[in-house]
Amino acid sequence: MALSGMRGLSVFISDIRNCQNKELERLRVDKELGNIRTRFKNEKASTPYEKKKYVWKILYIYMLGYDVDFGHMEAVSLISAPKYPEKQVGYIVTSCLLNENHDFLRLAINTVRNDIIGRNETFQCLALTLVGNIGGREFAESLAPDVQKLLISSSCRPLVRKKAALCLLRLYRKNPDVVNVDGWSDRMAQLLDERDFGILTSSMSLLVALLSNNHEAYWSCLPKCVKVLERLARNQDVPQEYTYYGIPSPWLQVKTMRALQYFPTIEDPNTRRSLFEVLQRILMGTDVVKNVNKNNASHAVLFEALALVMHLDAEKEMMSQCVALLGKFIAVREPNIRYLGLENMTRMLMVTDVQDIIKRHQAQIITSLKDPDISIRRRALDLLYGMCDVSNAKDIVEEILQYLSSADFAMREELSLKAAILAEKFAPDLSWYVDVILQLIDKAGDFVSDDIWFRVVQFVTNNEDLQTYAAVKVREYVDKPAIHETMVKLSAYILGEYSHLLARRPGCSPKEIFNIIHEKLPTVSTSTIPILLSTYAKILMHTQPPDPELQNQIWAVFGKYESCIDAEIQQRAVEYHALSRKGAALMDIFAEMPKFPERQSALIRKAEDSEADTAEQSAIKLRAAQQQTSNALVVTDQHPANGTPPVGQLSLVKVPSVSNVDQNTTEQGVTQANGALTIVDPQPPSTPSADLLGDLLGPLAIEGHPSAAVQPEPNLASGLEGGSNAAADALAIAPVEEQSNIVQPIGDIAERFHALCLKDSGVLYEDPYIQIGIKAEWRAQHGRLVLFLGNKNIAPLVSVQALILPPSHLKMELSLVPGTIPPRAQVQCPLEVINLRPSRDVAVLDFSYKFGTHVVNPKLRLPAVLNKFLQPIQVSPEEFFPQWRSLSGPPLKLQEVVRGVRPMPLVEMANLFNGFRLTVCPGLDPNPNNMVASTTFYSENTRAMLCLVRIETDPADRTQLRMTVASGDPALTSELKEFIKEQLVSIPVPSRAPAPVPPPAQPVSPPTATSDPGAILAGLLAERLIFIPPCFTDGMRAGDPKINFLKK
Amino acid sequence: MICICCRVLLCSFVEHRNYKIVYRRYASLFFLVGVDNEENELAILEFIHLLVETMDRHFGNVCELDIMFHLEKAHFMLEEMVMNGCIVETSKANILSPIQLMDKAS
Repeated sequence: MALSGMRGLSVFISDIRNCQNKELERLRVDKELGNIRTRFKNEKASTPYEKKKYVWKILYIYMLGYDVDFGHMEAVSLISAPKYPEKQVGYIVTSCLLNENHDFLRLAINTVRNDIIGRNETFQCLALTLVGNIGGREFAESLAPDVQKLLISSSCRPLVRKKAALCLLRLYRKNPDVVNVDGWSDRMAQLLDERDFGILTSSMSLLVALLSNNHEAYWSCLPKCVKVLERLARNQDVPQEYTYYGIPSPWLQVKTMRALQYFPTIEDPNTRRSLFEVLQRILMGTDVVKNVNKNNASHAVLFEALALVMHLDAEKEMMSQCVALLGKFIAVREPNIRYLGLENMTRMLMVTDVQDIIKRHQAQIITSLKDPDISIRRRALDLLYGMCDVSNAKDIVEEILQYLSSADFAMREELSLKAAILAEKFAPDLSWYVDVILQLIDKAGDFVSDDIWFRVVQFVTNNEDLQTYAAVKVREYVDKPAIHETMVKLSAYILGEYSHLLARRPGCSPKEIFNIIHEKLPTVSTSTIPILLSTYAKILMHTQPPDPELQNQIWAVFGKYESCIDAEIQQRAVEYHALSRKGAALMDIFAEMPKFPERQSALIRKAEDSEADTAEQSAIKLRAAQQQTSNALVVTDQHPANGTPPVGQLSLVKVPSVSNVDQNTTEQGVTQANGALTIVDPQPPSTPSADLLGDLLGPLAIEGHPSAAVQPEPNLASGLEGGSNAAADALAIAPVEEQSNIVQPIGDIAERFHALCLKDSGVLYEDPYIQIGIKAEWRAQHGRLVLFLGNKNIAPLVSVQALILPPSHLKMELSLVPGTIPPRAQVQCPLEVINLRPSRDVAVLDFSYKFGTHVVNPKLRLPAVLNKFLQPIQVSPEEFFPQWRSLSGPPLKLQEVVRGVRPMPLVEMANLFNGFRLTVCPGLDPNPNNMVASTTFYSENTRAMLCLVRIETDPADRTQLRMTVASGDPALTSELKEFIKEQLVSIPVPSRAPAPVPPPAQPVSPPTATSDPGAILAGLLAERLIFIPPCFTDGMRAGDPKINFLKK
Repeated sequence: MICICCRVLLCSFVEHRNYKIVYRRYASLFFLVGVDNEENELAILEFIHLLVETMDRHFGNVCELDIMFHLEKAHFMLEEMVMNGCIVETSKANILSPIQLMDKAS
């Protein structure tokens, strides 16, 4: 039974297996390697038989995990041996030992080619297998035509052709150009007609690779795939050899259904019907059976069918059938099925209709979170994370928190990040959010990244209601004997800022707060000390009247750190010491931090980033996360704080560096933004002189509404705004002037408007008393806007009035606006919009309210603009050109040379267009300097109307371009042309205000399948499926009795 | 790495970064396959069994010693079944025919 007569090899393997320990094994291996090396050096002495034996030994040693740095040449040289046994060893060992970049492989390229084009089909198979496993670009270029010929040759046996298919797949991956799409798609379709299952199986893998790159070219293969699937499902003409436990080749079924998932839809009704029949049969006809293998195989097919049904977005009935099946699976005992049930349910979340049904299984999923198997726990966590929304956030997050203390380390980081994100996204109230994060830090401090506690600080700072609560809570935590350093950081920061709010409570006097924080100082690292120093400085400044004893204590601390080796600590100690000696005059420097600008959570961004590089299913999650983010912003908008200094971009007076030292730990950008918002004026601390006020407010008062000055407005709007000022002036002289001085909008109204033209939710207007948010949904010519009117104050806003001044082309209906907005309350007013015909005119919201004696009356443009009634549409050349030609000339097709265009690269222009829902169709215009875009416009008059746009730019002069707009309606053509012109000529200036910056609607970058650079397995698993040689476990030695491991 | 020895009634799939390991245990022998997220896990699990059955058909009552001392045959079979990470052949007869030819020749 020894290896076909290779006794030496058998002896060697026995020797290795008899080694008592790793050391002895290494010695034996080294001895053998030395032996082989000597033999190879003395080349004449080694016969082909010997070479073969030694090369096998080398492969065996390599498989045991030793580095083998010689013998490659011998392996490669065996490829050119004339006899089959030697040649075969050469091929196999070469493809195991070498990779595609190895120099020696080049030596073999000619032999390999000769074998491929030769007549000997066993040689052909060997050569095709080698190229299919390790062929590189060079092989691709020189061998692709030959391999293609073999694959489609009718005289070749299936044996060769199936290998040619996978060989071509490898070459295609190395260089996609080797497959000429035009010629190949028909041949690919023919291959799917093959009867031989070997050819079909490998061709299907080839097809999947081709489709993943470009499914458009292979539409003709779709019905063929359905035919293959039908044949298998009906068990027609399936050879016995390809039936596995009664199931017609489950692998081919799975691969075929995988291929079908690369087609976005199935349009042909007949094909669709046949496919759904097959799928229905699989869904209904799969039973649980006793035989494990049969069960696995049939469920492999079933799960693939489920994935395909989900992909095809089947009828509701079939979908609920799928959910019911999955619900059954996640409750079964069999762990593999449970795992796959959870995984597929997570995928199912993309289908919006079924979320409620999935929620019914919440209890079961939570049970799986405690499963002994980590793979299942991971899936359960992912699913819980995906299905979380406002209605179940509390339950889910509390489950995660509870599980956190018993979870193994491998999962804690993921658990805490997910709990933090969910708590933030779906917090029913912010105090709950603070509770969650504090528990999180308490239970798993090591796994709570800085981002998480930074975010808490942002929320607490921006929400006055929360400050006392947060301070009380962290005060409770610092009493604990041993707390995590992150908790020290967070509590020190919050107590520094807000402990004065607690001053009257027991145990919260400045001295007590200082003492309890100072107790922690010896235990913390250098990165925390600066935060503690800031806290001390703040406590000191908040102590009124000053407490000399506390002051001396704190000064002593500062004094001690003035000579600290860490520059950050030293600087803070010196500056705080010096500043605090100046006494009350410097109070303002240590005043509370101003509000942070609203922005996306770094956590959610991080989660999105980390998910972006995984599979398609994550791309969907990403989209969901983005939708949910916008909800999260609304939540925070409901609790706006007041007391923010009403400053626009007025620049301030000197800001000593100290005032924002606290923030050095957070992002640099924020520090600057905040610096720019703070009014800190060390000279006249109490009452600013009238001159100063005049200075500060002067420019605004003169220019009136900043929007009018920044941006040339369409006539209607600016006229109205100008009118409002004039009217106000005429009405009442003194008070109104005062009012216009006092109530200034926060942020730039025009910028906010432009931002909202590009996105559907955000802040429309804000001043110290009120914030008006907007959220819009657009469907064809209908729009539904909701205005969120939030009173930021502790006093009610009265005489609230909102009037819509609609342009003639819009029909608008605003629901009743209450006359009074209670303190800190937010009211929502829906506004229905119907677009009657194309027009660029803008609707205006005439809003007014009274605060105290001041009447505030901003006129606000509403973002119900032309582009909101566009629906992006991608047109193919076949649709575009006939349409373009049929619209021949004015008034349906208008052309204009536009000058004074803001110069921008074409890519940026394409982004701008896409942002306005004009879909840029790349490749339609052969000239790279031109751009073609298409969109559908909706109005009552025109209904859905296709609009086509062509832009021709001059690379030599980017400030001018020629624009052609065509549509079936003269008014639409002209309005759309003017609209685009406005966008190109006057692009909104980049926002400087803290207002949410309009995100340049970038097309979401496709999730790239980057290989994880650190992946330990990456090398091993670079291909889709690699066999890892059976591990020879230590416990198994040659002396062991022969165990039959195949259960009969 | 997770201690798979104690995983008796556990799941046959282990997640590792963006990859998964599908494994199957026969007595004290483990078969492992690394796959990406595009693979059907159960199908791979059964593919392992197909390999084992194929070896069983060839060796008759296959055991780990057969694999160990017939390293080259294990390789041939695998080469007939998998190529570049894709399944080529699932018919045992077709997988084994080149090996049988070779055995006859030698």
